[in-house]
Amino acid sequence: MGLLRPKFLLGGGLFALALIGLLLTGFEEGAAYYQTVGELREMGARAEGRRLRVAGDVVPGTIASEGEGRVRFHIEHEGARLAVLYTGREPLPDTLVDRAQAVAEGRLLADGSFEADHVQAKCASKYDAAYDGAAGDGASPTRPPATPARQATDGP
Amino acid sequence: MHHLGNFSLMAVVVLTAYGALASFLGGRRRSAALVTSARRALIAAAGFSALSVASLLALFLADDFRFEYVASYSTSALPVAYKISALWAGNDGSLLLWTFLMLGFAATAVAVRRRDELIPQVTTTLSLAVLFFAWLNLTVCNPFGQLAEITAAGPIPFVPADGNGLNPLLQHPIMAIHPPVLYIGYVGFVVPFAFCIAALWTRRLDAAWTRNTRRWTLVAWFFLGSGILLGGRWAYVELGWGGYWGWDPVENAALMPWLTGTAFLHSVMIQERKGMLKVWNAALVIATYLLAVFGTFLTRSGIVSSVHAFASSDFAWRFMAFIVVAAAVSAALLISRLKDLRSENELDSVVSRESGFLFNNLLLLAACFAVLWGTLFPVLSEAVQGEQITVGAPFFNRVNVPLGLALLLMTGVGPLLAWRRSSLDSLRRNFVLPGAVGIATFLACLAFGMRHPYALVCFGLSGFVVTTIATEFHRGVRARRAHRGGSYTGALADLFRRNSRRYGGYVVHLGIVVLFIGFAGNAFNRDVIADLNPGENTRIGPWSITLQDIPAGETPVYEWLGAQLLLSKHEEPVGIYQPRRQFDRATGQATSEVRRHATFREDIYLVFSGMTEDGRATIHVYRNPLVRWVWIGGFIMFLGTLLTLLPDRRRRTASRGRLPALAAPAT
Repeated sequence: MGLLRPKFLLGGGLFALALIGLLLTGFEEGAAYYQTVGELREMGARAEGRRLRVAGDVVPGTIASEGEGRVRFHIEHEGARLAVLYTGREPLPDTLVDRAQAVAEGRLLADGSFEADHVQAKCASKYDAAYDGAAGDGASPTRPPATPARQATDGP
Repeated sequence: MHHLGNFSLMAVVVLTAYGALASFLGGRRRSAALVTSARRALIAAAGFSALSVASLLALFLADDFRFEYVASYSTSALPVAYKISALWAGNDGSLLLWTFLMLGFAATAVAVRRRDELIPQVTTTLSLAVLFFAWLNLTVCNPFGQLAEITAAGPIPFVPADGNGLNPLLQHPIMAIHPPVLYIGYVGFVVPFAFCIAALWTRRLDAAWTRNTRRWTLVAWFFLGSGILLGGRWAYVELGWGGYWGWDPVENAALMPWLTGTAFLHSVMIQERKGMLKVWNAALVIATYLLAVFGTFLTRSGIVSSVHAFASSDFAWRFMAFIVVAAAVSAALLISRLKDLRSENELDSVVSRESGFLFNNLLLLAACFAVLWGTLFPVLSEAVQGEQITVGAPFFNRVNVPLGLALLLMTGVGPLLAWRRSSLDSLRRNFVLPGAVGIATFLACLAFGMRHPYALVCFGLSGFVVTTIATEFHRGVRARRAHRGGSYTGALADLFRRNSRRYGGYVVHLGIVVLFIGFAGNAFNRDVIADLNPGENTRIGPWSITLQDIPAGETPVYEWLGAQLLLSKHEEPVGIYQPRRQFDRATGQATSEVRRHATFREDIYLVFSGMTEDGRATIHVYRNPLVRWVWIGGFIMFLGTLLTLLPDRRRRTASRGRLPALAAPAT
């Protein structure tokens, strides 16, 4: 079969090697560990210096703008809390409001705070919030609204 | 109305189940009557599916908030156009639309190609594919569910005073049409898939099935690509982060089937011409369809975008099961037919059109693999290591930019290679001029101070490819005129008439080049963030942006705060722009209304990010060179695809000779 001749094998092999090389170097640049605030605390010192994505809910009243696009806020998850300083270039998503589900991407600093250069946020649904208050235990009487077809608020 | 909707959905399920069974038996027993009845069942199912969509639409237009789905995505104050588009704002309704569109394709296919000898098996495959989604729609993702409050006495109906409202980001004309366009692209691949399965099933494995589904594949591919670009356009004008592509899982989900579909559109030419790559093509069509289904699954389940959505989503495992079963059946079928798929020819030379296509396929699949790998990495790493590791834009860019540039190179090289084997002499003759133009473009960019390596390569390659396309056209016209005489433009039009596929394809390639020029602009994006008091200004390059005023206002739907900005270039006023922040009353969500000063050279993209605590307006200015060329490139691709869909005079006469064989009754 024509495709199994040395020239083609050599070419295919080189191509595969180049692709693997690209995948590996790209991975080094782009990889980030995805955790909740609680899981981050459990990691302890291992977390320092790694690129991380940390998920938690925005603590109400903690969003404070420092100007020039720098914004501080706190996120929490199951009792664990993390202070985030956003220093990224992109404007923060409009959905970053009190109680929003947020994912901050960046690095943990030595003082235990987090410097993020990228933040995603998704609003907690209005119905969920209303019923959560009424039902007390967070049980919603209806199914939670379905995921939007395109999670627009998740933003790139 | 919801009874009608539910009844219609049930009818779709019953009819497609019947259609699958009847066409299967009809194929077995060679009963034309059974097959015809199965085809008609599928067409009737399309009618009922339309009825179910219409019922849901009626509920939206009537503001019937008894229904959870309507209450979740609409309000009474929403403009009518967005009440319509709210239909596909959520999972259940968009699946209803998905089923309807898929049935639309399926019904049209079995109606138009009713005399095709593969039609019994095609009908079975299509019916089964639709049956799954209709069943899902009826049971797990039913949009006709009513709200209820659970009390001690049991559930009682619950009607909210008003609906939750449509996410303000989705209240945009592009976002109203982007999902249906994308869906048409996704579901359209079901037709080539069904023909491929039918061909494997019946062992009729010549190029007939690829030839007969070429237009279907092109239409699906065209809508998928347009849907992707519309999505990018929407992100750019609406999301306010200054870009149009972020390697978001949702975007990747649409890109993957587009890449394999593109590979198929190319490699199928080798099968038609040389009887080679039959296994490969069948695998590509199957992969494209499965990736399309997987893509919508990825979007709906939120499996990648949020930490634990997978477990909570009660339709996810059904979806996954469908994909796994479809993949397993297709693979088994393909493997059992390997003997029948033997190549009729061998690859003769490394330097040939065939190898060029093969390399193009390799690149497209490598890109698809990289995107799939990166998108699924969080899920895979969690399964293997217990830690979720995501890979972001740097990963995707690092891998896909070189692959994309190599593809761009192939766009120019491919057409210059001869079938079978290119002689050194013809290579030299074909490559001298385009190569020289490419190198000259590269050097000119270098001389003008451009230093970004990828951008330099991209512009150099663009020069090369554009020249090869121009040469091809010129050659074709010259040959035509030598043969028939006439004017240059007349001969050019004649080229499209005679070989729409080839020359339309070149126009699509030209669109790709323009698209890449737009992409290369990304290398030079700059931005500045400034907190301004009225009267103060900020600068970016030759541009100056002065804050004049911070007006406020309101509409029934939202309140807004604006930043009135005077844009000047070299101190000459260009215009006044007013980016805004809007606060949606229904959802309580704030959105940025971006303003753009768009030129062919660059976009000045103005965002009002908010107010600082001491009352200054935070203004974010992006200077994005060449963005407009992305949209122009997309438009050229759109035109090129339309041209390739033109009836091909040469092909028509050729197929007329073959018609008796094709028209032989299948029974």
